[in-house]
Amino acid sequence: MASKAIHAYYDDDDVLMLAVKKVKAAKHHIEEVYCPFPVHGLDKAMGLAPTRLAITAFIYGCVGISVATLMMNYIMIEDWPQDIGGKPSFSYLENMPAFVPIMFELTVFFAAHLMVITFYMRSRLWPFKEAENPDVRTTDDHFLMEIDIHDNEKELKDLLLDTGAVEINIVEKTSH
Amino acid sequence: MYTFSNKLKIGSFILMALGVLGIAIGFISAPSTVEEAKAIVASHSDGHGDAHGAVEAHGAVAADGHGEAVEAHGEAHDSSHDEHLLHQLQNKPWAALYVAAFFFFMIALGVLAFYAIQRAAQAGWSPLLFRVMEGITAYLVPGGIIVFVILVMSVLHMNHLFVWMDADVVAHDHLLQGKAGYLNPTFFLIRAAVFLGGWIFYREYSRKLSLRQDESNDDSNFKLNFRWSAGFLVFYLVSESIMSWDWIMSVDPHWFSTLFGWYVFASMFVSGITVIAMVTVYLKSRGYLPDVNDSHIHDLAKFMFGISIFWTYLWFSQFMLIWYSNIPEEVTYYVTRIADYRLPFFGMIAMNFLFPVLLLMNSDYKRLNWFVVLAGIVILGGHYMDIFNMIMPSTVGDQWFIGIPEIGAVLFFAGLFIFWVFRALSTAPLQPKRNPFIEESRHFHY
Repeated sequence: MASKAIHAYYDDDDVLMLAVKKVKAAKHHIEEVYCPFPVHGLDKAMGLAPTRLAITAFIYGCVGISVATLMMNYIMIEDWPQDIGGKPSFSYLENMPAFVPIMFELTVFFAAHLMVITFYMRSRLWPFKEAENPDVRTTDDHFLMEIDIHDNEKELKDLLLDTGAVEINIVEKTSH
Repeated sequence: MYTFSNKLKIGSFILMALGVLGIAIGFISAPSTVEEAKAIVASHSDGHGDAHGAVEAHGAVAADGHGEAVEAHGEAHDSSHDEHLLHQLQNKPWAALYVAAFFFFMIALGVLAFYAIQRAAQAGWSPLLFRVMEGITAYLVPGGIIVFVILVMSVLHMNHLFVWMDADVVAHDHLLQGKAGYLNPTFFLIRAAVFLGGWIFYREYSRKLSLRQDESNDDSNFKLNFRWSAGFLVFYLVSESIMSWDWIMSVDPHWFSTLFGWYVFASMFVSGITVIAMVTVYLKSRGYLPDVNDSHIHDLAKFMFGISIFWTYLWFSQFMLIWYSNIPEEVTYYVTRIADYRLPFFGMIAMNFLFPVLLLMNSDYKRLNWFVVLAGIVILGGHYMDIFNMIMPSTVGDQWFIGIPEIGAVLFFAGLFIFWVFRALSTAPLQPKRNPFIEESRHFHY
């Protein structure tokens, strides 16, 4: 791993997008881009793989509906099939309309919450986590592109200045 | 400019011819006397024996005017049952015709509602599809007239689709007498005429403004269309709801449900959107809509997906509330359906809910044309079954069957629909020129 990285600052998302495309075209690996807000199409320009969060949500939903079904089948049908107001508790199917609201809600509950937790874990977010932004301005009005330096400092610097960077810094990388 | 391909035209004529044949066979084979009706049932008796016993067992509960009225009158049950059977068998070709006529009419009406919403919401993605929608809504005129004619024929006692139109039945039925202020033939036809007039007027006027906008050099036509569309939506919401009570719920005049109008709306809305998607895919595949990209298809498929779930939500809300409380006067509606229509009743849920949800959940699949068409065919079949399940149980009861009259009627109206829609599509350029949102729509990307 390189010990030094170059930080290029931009003050406009359109300029940033063009810069990302140029850097990709010059076959440099972009380590990270820090933005104050989501830049539409940035992930595509950087060539990031699409997220699989939706797939996990679908699976969590399936888990949710299974939990709801198994729970209510055990409680209402198997364990104590009581006659409550004349509702048929002979089999799950016979009494199913009454269970649907719970099945629906638990499906949504599992899909939503487990997906959010998955998101937090995959993006390493939790309370008291030390913030990772290299420059406070990237949360306000600046965009920052980070590229590792492999004995090509001069070449990279020229390329990035050419893309419209407003500021370029060379930093020692600290591992986190 | 679209030219109506000869193949499609001939295809639609063949469908219409086959359909007329099927409808004619249905009417010819309908019995005219009690003896004939008995003979027809006797020839299928092995299959229908069970269902008969069930109907007789809860005959008193069954929500049909004949049974109750005649029983209250004190006649022998046997002969009343035979007459009831005769009416059911005589209704079969009529009900088949009515279900198919309404189904294709409601597709055009659903598209009109979608079109008005797109205009009133000033949607940026859809103007490219306006001409497709206008083409489909052209069917409102012939479709609406046919439905209206069937209703007039019912009022003239040419069939027994609506029991409350039968003066004898009303005379012995206290409930129907109570509703006679609303459910009487004159007022019924006036309402139908007003609603059809309003819908057709908006369609024709909006189409005219839309074409005029192409030729003008300011946006006044567009703005006027926006106002009319917003106004139409208010009218539509009220008239559609009342239409569903009149044309559908009143075949079962002892039963009522408050969310019925919404439920019928969801059915027509999702069928309409599905047909927009299918016609768009067809025209695009022929190279007539070069600017329509897979993002437009994706959006339509999202609507198909979402409104399918909305329909299911309403279906279930109606079913579960009635099932849960189990009040006899309401629950007969579902008792007869579950007893006699088990497969169509529950099969429809699979077609209208499970299939669209599983097929159209993945966003990559929503961009595949053949996938959208496949899901669309299932959805349209499902919503035909939905209308079938609304009309048939109270008109033909356990004598239902999807045979020659039913398929014939569907073929006829499918042919007429295709012919009329594609003929209308060929009368104007498929891409609006001066719509203020057309550039946005052309570059629409999701």
